[in-house]
Amino acid sequence: MAEHLSGTLTGSLPLAEDDSQQPLSLVPKAEGTQSMKDFKSDQEVRWCPGCGDYAVLAAVQGFMPELGLAKENIVFVSGIGCSSRFPYYMNTYGMHSIHGRAPAIATGLASARRDLSVWVVTGDGDALSIGGNHLIHTLRRNVNLKILLFNNRIYGLTKGQYSPTSEPGKITKSTPMGSLDSPFNPVSLALGAEASFVARTVDSDRKHLTSVLRAAADHPGTALVEIYQNCNIFNDGAFEVLKDKQQAQEAVIRLEHGEPIRFGLPAQDGLGERGVIRDPATGELRIVEVAEHGTDGILVHDAHAESPGTAFALSRLADPDTLHRTPIGVLRDVRRPVYEKLMADQLEDAMQQQGKGDLGTLLAGRDTWTVVG
Amino acid sequence: MTSQVSSPAGQPSPDAKEIQQLDRVIIRFAGDSGDGMQLTGDRFTSETASFGNDLSTLPNFPAEIRAPAGTLPGVSSFQLHFADHDILTPGDAPNVLVAMNPAALKANLHDLPHGAEVIVNTDEFTKRAMAKVGYDASPLEDGSLTAYNVHGVPLTTLTVEALKDFEVSRKDAGRSKNMFALGLLSWMYNRPTDSTEEFLRTKFAKKPEVARANIAAYRAGWNFGETTEDFAVSYEVAPATSAFPPGTYRNISGNLALSYGLVAVSQQADLPLFLGSYPITPASDVLHELSKHKNFGVRTFQAEDEISAIGAALGASFGGALGVTTTSGPGVALKSETIGLAVSLELPLLVIDIQRGGPSTGMPTKTEQADLLQAMYGRNGEAPVPIVAAATPVDCFTAALDAARIALTYRTPVFLLSDGYLANGSEPWRVPEVDSLPDLRVQFAQSPNHELHDGTEVFWPYKRDPQTLARPWAVPGTPGLEHRIGGIEKQDGTGNISYDPANHDHMVRTRQAKVDGVEVPSIEVDDPGAEHEGPARLLVLGWGSTYGPITAAVRRVRRAGDRVAQAHLRHLNPLPPNLGEVLRGYDKVLVPEMNLGQLATLVRATYLVDAESYTQVRGLPFKAEQLADALKEAITNG
Repeated sequence: MAEHLSGTLTGSLPLAEDDSQQPLSLVPKAEGTQSMKDFKSDQEVRWCPGCGDYAVLAAVQGFMPELGLAKENIVFVSGIGCSSRFPYYMNTYGMHSIHGRAPAIATGLASARRDLSVWVVTGDGDALSIGGNHLIHTLRRNVNLKILLFNNRIYGLTKGQYSPTSEPGKITKSTPMGSLDSPFNPVSLALGAEASFVARTVDSDRKHLTSVLRAAADHPGTALVEIYQNCNIFNDGAFEVLKDKQQAQEAVIRLEHGEPIRFGLPAQDGLGERGVIRDPATGELRIVEVAEHGTDGILVHDAHAESPGTAFALSRLADPDTLHRTPIGVLRDVRRPVYEKLMADQLEDAMQQQGKGDLGTLLAGRDTWTVVG
Repeated sequence: MTSQVSSPAGQPSPDAKEIQQLDRVIIRFAGDSGDGMQLTGDRFTSETASFGNDLSTLPNFPAEIRAPAGTLPGVSSFQLHFADHDILTPGDAPNVLVAMNPAALKANLHDLPHGAEVIVNTDEFTKRAMAKVGYDASPLEDGSLTAYNVHGVPLTTLTVEALKDFEVSRKDAGRSKNMFALGLLSWMYNRPTDSTEEFLRTKFAKKPEVARANIAAYRAGWNFGETTEDFAVSYEVAPATSAFPPGTYRNISGNLALSYGLVAVSQQADLPLFLGSYPITPASDVLHELSKHKNFGVRTFQAEDEISAIGAALGASFGGALGVTTTSGPGVALKSETIGLAVSLELPLLVIDIQRGGPSTGMPTKTEQADLLQAMYGRNGEAPVPIVAAATPVDCFTAALDAARIALTYRTPVFLLSDGYLANGSEPWRVPEVDSLPDLRVQFAQSPNHELHDGTEVFWPYKRDPQTLARPWAVPGTPGLEHRIGGIEKQDGTGNISYDPANHDHMVRTRQAKVDGVEVPSIEVDDPGAEHEGPARLLVLGWGSTYGPITAAVRRVRRAGDRVAQAHLRHLNPLPPNLGEVLRGYDKVLVPEMNLGQLATLVRATYLVDAESYTQVRGLPFKAEQLADALKEAITNG
């Protein structure tokens, strides 16, 4: 008779003292050191040449060894879209699911298996249009998932229709006279959906991208990472303003926890010549010239602030048309209870209060009668 | 035959009143949605079950939580059939109607045969209440009820009077009138009373005064029956000793039996159960029930929608849990794409559809079995899914085990069909011995299963078991078996993306062959006399919850001296291997269904037999009498 192994998963996970604040404490560590190569699958990568997805894939594969996790305990789950082919290229466990549903599937997986490091790869159409409902509910639940949202502001796989993040008036095949609807700002949306970790980064900035991945991996709970990603076929240069060295000076606001929020050409003190202040009259955030305003009152970025208010205000600085004043980095990173930890605690409490369930007792219930033969 | 019944106050019943023996009784409690009729019915059922009668129940209530008081749409009822012998249905027509108000009388009167007992709460027969439902004159006084044996009882007044010494408001006292009615009926039918008193003490443990008041109302009802001259006779229905094989019994509803079946599956498979569900009538009770059993390692996830519910269950299955999702027809529609994904991923998953009246929102609290073809075909592409259907409330337990066996053995989503009638209906259940339950344990893949030409050992996620065609279940956390699966067509064996025409043709046929090859038992035909006289001319073929009414109808027809054969399907996909042969062995096949002929369509298409449909979509189960007439008609004109 074959050895039965299914029982090894029944409630036998090791529980750390306060593992809720150590997102990966239950995930087994790798034996020996890993390299980027270990995370490359044998599948040929089939994105269009020049696609921003290549850079993200390389960054993720390059970052994974740093986590030092047993790669059999890592799972990538994706939806539908160009970016959702991602799991096929990772030599971990993976599922390429259906349009918009990856957060739901990953929620079930992560809730049932706390010994896994679960990553969701999704796009602007997948996460914000067809799967919008699952995204917001996953964020509010705070399941321990790392969601990489590849935002190229276009539908690529269906060959170029406008997406929920496209700028208004976008001319595409489905909107020859321009799109009519206002876009989502994914960071604002996530903050409004009670996300405990929200960050934004750019495909071509490997160093920044990796630092954001690191912060996301360290975060207990759902981490939403919006990655601006270039679709060189249907929406080429969408983020050029953020990538071109010169333009980026004016366009990008790099957020670092504990640092004053400054951007633009370097001022005398070496930091950006512009800064963000809170207008004492309106409470709104405002950009000022540091030379005129001075350094007093320049906001110091606090990713751990309990209220998401300032992070939300920062996310609104970006102009959706020009992308000027786009904040990148970790906007919010706060601790709150992790869903599957709470779920596991309830199971443990029930076990303690009622004892381990006995099937015979359950089936009989309390109200029986006996028929004697 | 007599049995010891003591009054709730503890004194033996005086012998002053006559006790008549009956072999069976059908009682219907009817009142406003807020009158507590379901609770009253439940309690009477519990008393009856513990007394040892066979029984079957039919709760019938509006979808509105509290429809406007006193209106016809607000009427809620609970019908109970109990007997000293084996019975199959909640009964066609009540012998006794308890009507708590004019609306309840009007809504139910047409179901009563002449001579039935009608107990009405006269306090509620005010001019205004009667006008609300279109009574110009009081039916209690205008002679329109002379065909019935009417007992007018001022239930509210008597209850308030009985509770005058309690510290409860007049209004609250009046609310206990259902317990007064229950007490009266418990006296009338000599039911044991201890369990109801105990129930009330437990239910209102935090409000002892309310518990005492309800018990007092209950006892007052009993005593009223015993003393008033209006009720000259009480009745006894002896325990159905011969109907029950030896064993321990309890009363159980379909949804409870189903929930227990799922816990049993988890235990027998040694897999943690993960239920992803979104609240929907009439399936929510399974979510509620399983949420109570976390000490069995059961995880319940109330999702943001039906799609997330099944998605999470499928994700859990990928991780090595037994993923289950519970819903009703509209929810199945939303889950269709994910069911297709599960077909493509070839992972175990239970999709439980507690059917209700459709289309669209339809009739949420009423029963129907019109999702068969949705379960069978309701997906894009060729996406075959095995289908198991429960036949009775207690059968929901076994059906769950059977559905899980298929899902786990063949790595496939499986539909389990129940319906509103089974979900809420209840009957006695012989509690199974845990040792007698099937072993459902499975083997996860542990090591590479394929050798490449160069001798490298690799893991192929779609390399199949040659017998079952099931693929290996390799769960994350298993070193060396890292693999990627998805909804895109994949190459058989490797599981790599493939758009190759021949491979797609092969995969479509393989997935179909896997489901076609699911092992299901041959169908058994009940055809007494076939051995000596050859088969009957007519075969009646059913599936799902029509089992009770069809079997009751078949018994009637046979008692009347006619011959009819009966077969009932547990497996709708694949169909039993001998079904074609069975169908062709009869001159005539009649298929009664609570839809417009979905099984009939399937068997006609599959076997080219001239099966005839007999259908009803009234949101209610068939009546045995009606089906017996249909069978007689088919025999006569066959």
